[in-house]
Amino acid sequence: MKLVFLPMQQTISEDLGQVEYIMTDKTGTLTENRMIFRRCCISGVFYGNESGDALKDMKLLNAVAGGSPDVVQFLTVMAICNTVVPIKSKTGAISYKAQSQDEDALVNAAAQLHMVYANKNANILEIRFNGSVIKYEVLEILEFTSDRKRMSVVVKDCQTGKIVLLSKGADEAILPYAFVGQQTRTFIEAVEQYAQLGLRTLCLACRELREDEYQEWSLMFKEASSTLVDREWRIAEACQRLEHDFEVLGVTAIEDRLQDGVPETIETLRKAGINFWMLTGDKQNTAIQIALSCNFISPEPKGQLLLIDGKTEDEVCRSLERVLLTMRITSSEPKDVAFVVDGWALEIALKHYRKAFTELAILSRTAICCRVTPSQKAQLVELLKSCDYRTLAIGDGGNDVRMIQQADIGVGISGREGLQAARAADYSIGKFRFLKRLILVHGRYSYNRTAFLSQYSFYKSLVICFIQIFFSFISGVSGTSLFNSVSLMAYNVFYTSVPVLVSVLDKDLSEGTIMQHPQILFYCQAGRLLNPSTFAGWFGRSLFHAIVVFVISIHAYAYEKSEMEELSMVALSGCIWLQAFVVALETNSFTILQHLAIWGNLVAFYVINWIFSAIPASGMYTIMFRLCRQPSYWITMSLIVAAGMGPVLALKYFRYTYRPSKINTLQQAERMGGPILTLGNIEPHPRPMEKEVVSPLQISQPKNRNPVYEPLLSDSPNSSRRSLGSGAPFDFFQSQSRLSSSYSRNCKDN
Amino acid sequence: MTDTDRGTQRDRDSAFYLFTQQNLPACKPVLTPEWVFMTFLFIGFIFIPVGLVTLRASHSVVEIVERYDIGCVPEPFRINKVSYIQDDSIPKNCSFSFKVPKYMKAPIYIYYQLDNYYQNHRRYVKSRSDKQLLHGQNQHGISSCQPVEVNNDRPIIPCGLIAWSLFNDTFTFIRNRAELKVNRKNIAWKSDREHKFGKNVYPFNFQNGTLIGGGKLNPRIPLSDQEDLIVWMRTSALPSFRKLYGRIEKDLDVDDVVVVHLMNNYNTYSFGGKKKLVLSTTSWLGGKNDFLGLAYVFIGSSSVTIAVVFTLLHLLSQRH
Repeated sequence: MKLVFLPMQQTISEDLGQVEYIMTDKTGTLTENRMIFRRCCISGVFYGNESGDALKDMKLLNAVAGGSPDVVQFLTVMAICNTVVPIKSKTGAISYKAQSQDEDALVNAAAQLHMVYANKNANILEIRFNGSVIKYEVLEILEFTSDRKRMSVVVKDCQTGKIVLLSKGADEAILPYAFVGQQTRTFIEAVEQYAQLGLRTLCLACRELREDEYQEWSLMFKEASSTLVDREWRIAEACQRLEHDFEVLGVTAIEDRLQDGVPETIETLRKAGINFWMLTGDKQNTAIQIALSCNFISPEPKGQLLLIDGKTEDEVCRSLERVLLTMRITSSEPKDVAFVVDGWALEIALKHYRKAFTELAILSRTAICCRVTPSQKAQLVELLKSCDYRTLAIGDGGNDVRMIQQADIGVGISGREGLQAARAADYSIGKFRFLKRLILVHGRYSYNRTAFLSQYSFYKSLVICFIQIFFSFISGVSGTSLFNSVSLMAYNVFYTSVPVLVSVLDKDLSEGTIMQHPQILFYCQAGRLLNPSTFAGWFGRSLFHAIVVFVISIHAYAYEKSEMEELSMVALSGCIWLQAFVVALETNSFTILQHLAIWGNLVAFYVINWIFSAIPASGMYTIMFRLCRQPSYWITMSLIVAAGMGPVLALKYFRYTYRPSKINTLQQAERMGGPILTLGNIEPHPRPMEKEVVSPLQISQPKNRNPVYEPLLSDSPNSSRRSLGSGAPFDFFQSQSRLSSSYSRNCKDN
Repeated sequence: MTDTDRGTQRDRDSAFYLFTQQNLPACKPVLTPEWVFMTFLFIGFIFIPVGLVTLRASHSVVEIVERYDIGCVPEPFRINKVSYIQDDSIPKNCSFSFKVPKYMKAPIYIYYQLDNYYQNHRRYVKSRSDKQLLHGQNQHGISSCQPVEVNNDRPIIPCGLIAWSLFNDTFTFIRNRAELKVNRKNIAWKSDREHKFGKNVYPFNFQNGTLIGGGKLNPRIPLSDQEDLIVWMRTSALPSFRKLYGRIEKDLDVDDVVVVHLMNNYNTYSFGGKKKLVLSTTSWLGGKNDFLGLAYVFIGSSSVTIAVVFTLLHLLSQRH
């Protein structure tokens, strides 16, 4: 399969390598969003429990064939309580166009159970059941909203003239509104049972309406639909008037399978130190089941789920305190602790206990937020962003758009729910598992390259500036430029830009190695490659190189050779030689293009200057020819290179060998024979190597952002965090014990 | 395998595909100890001999440096040298002698050396007009010559501070009562004479102002033949510099006594500059300059040291 990433915005590719939190949608993102009707419970009878597929359950097929009224009613609701449009092809086969994958699954399942939704002609629906055609007239459609969590249709049976309200929706939106006296126990049990299997449940219900009741309501509904002020609220109110006293018919269970590679992706990315939050509009149990099945949280002995719930402020507060307490205690244990919160509690927590919830958010590596609205998703992203974490939101549907836009990086999955999310996102990918490659490979490379490019650009410009400053001390501080205007102009544009541009092809580690050792991403998250101390390193290097070039030039070209134009070209070519060797030393992988750019650029420098030296009108007429004929020029150049690069090489080698970073260790390992580290080939011999690679990672505390390793790119993380953590609870966070423990845990997983 | 599969396979092997997918074959050098030792040893073994050869070349050059700016001011004027040099009525001739320490092979280059002379000052460097030097009388393009561009409403040729401050001490050399002939032709770059200074441009209105800077020019000789001016106009980047005065095309023997008669015209007293006369032979590297040789030996030996230290470190760490 071809992997295609479509970046919509190029400026943030390096942020990808620094992601710390991933907020993911569930449906369509972790799962395939290919709904299949699996089980149902009709008036207390469970179908599909044995075989796992209700459509093949003989009991149900018999009931359908026998025309049991409950089952027929149930199937009718399945078939027509929706906004699906049937399309008849020329061969007579019927296909359905549905906005919602659930509705599609239900209509198709109904069709397989011989309740075929055959045709829609204006307001007249045609249903074929066991050979007979039943016609309904649709009077009203009460559309689905995420607040009401149900949708209904009002239809009139064309034969009997009876008006019926058919509804389907989430259990808590249907079951509490059952008519007084109906036993809903079995339905609640069914919902529980299905949710534990990770299935999506819907409750179906109906109510017969009297003609006058309907007429009265219809007027009200029409009025509500045509108001200009608060229309949504008015319509919801009107719907509420009708949607009560339901006769609950049954519960459907729809399976939504996990996408390929989701558990592995989540595991790898969590090893890379990325925290996952699942934000879903689904039921709590369903969400937990999916989370379990995709390695999101670990099952009981190893993992622990903390529940935040409650209907009132007090309840939520108490439960939040309790969870926070547990979280603080367990944070020192190697245990997978996750908190689960539902939309209602979240609303209260965000409104009244924002500070406590923020602390919880920082402490918790994993969270499941269920029954959340799109705006709550966005709020959660904002909460994490305000703690100065780099967030990535991934989703596929329209309800994820706000979260995607809010996050630092939005990733859209162009899935079955259309392109809304993919359009709003910065990156659009086809499957969740591509996220692994997007972050670990592309994000990491981007970060490394950007870090090198930006620091190198500073370095090369500073070298020239320092030389000018030194020169001003021997030119009576008058501001004479040592370099002529052509050189100054061409220095950044022609002489030094090309070699560093091909660093876009640089790879410090091969993709395979990164995938095996995702921990290496810590180096990006903690900003190890671009922070004040690395910057100081480059600054010092430019100062050192400027001194080398300047001192050597003015001493080698003293007295009778001290002609201005000559000395200026000696100093300039000294800089260019050093640039070439600096890029060569900092390049990790040489492709043919890198060699071309680095050494070709050096040659081009001479060619350009020879051309200028051939023009009589130019200031540097004949200069470069004169210099290139002098042995002392070439001797000076090699002196500059040796004096400039020798200490840099020695320092780099010393660090590389005696204070190696994990990247260096892996590079060495890679070179010892590429495939040694692949899992299949780990033989006794390379084993110690492998251990060496892993054990130092336990020592490293990537989240331990002491001032030295503060990322340069984010705006002062410490200050914003301190302002958050003025209270006592945050001292705990700063003590880092959670952080170290989380990483030792991480390495245990290795 | 179907045809399309084979097609994509071919595409995947193409260089462009490898490039766009960033999968070009790459070599990944790693800083192995052996490689680093070899590099430093290599630098050491190249640099030390080259340094020694360079030093030898520098030492083969015989150089005589005589400072004369103070010695050439008569005793009574030593308190106020500036008034001495600015007083035209006092004769400026002066002479001194020196002994040749070593055999000097012709050609012997004669330089004058100026110290603490900021020929690289921004306003000084700019104060010239290359256009005028090449094309002559031209009202345009001499604004760069400020503050010495016109005198009595007529343009000065050559204009500008650099030309105005032309060095004008003259030297004659006498050995054994016979004058040593100094060849003062071809002391400037050929390219300058041919392409930078005009053959039909004659000095005009030069050094006629109230403030006299330095030497005067013969108005009947075109600029392209005024070699002293051409040499002077190649400004130096350093505050101590030497400029070629001429060549003696006879060998000088050890213990030859050379008497220098000079006209001490040039005023360096007002800013504390020094004037020196330099006689020097030359080698393949140029004049006497130990810097390159010493730097080479230093870099070479430190490279060898680093290589040894790293080898020891490597062996030690392996033993542990």
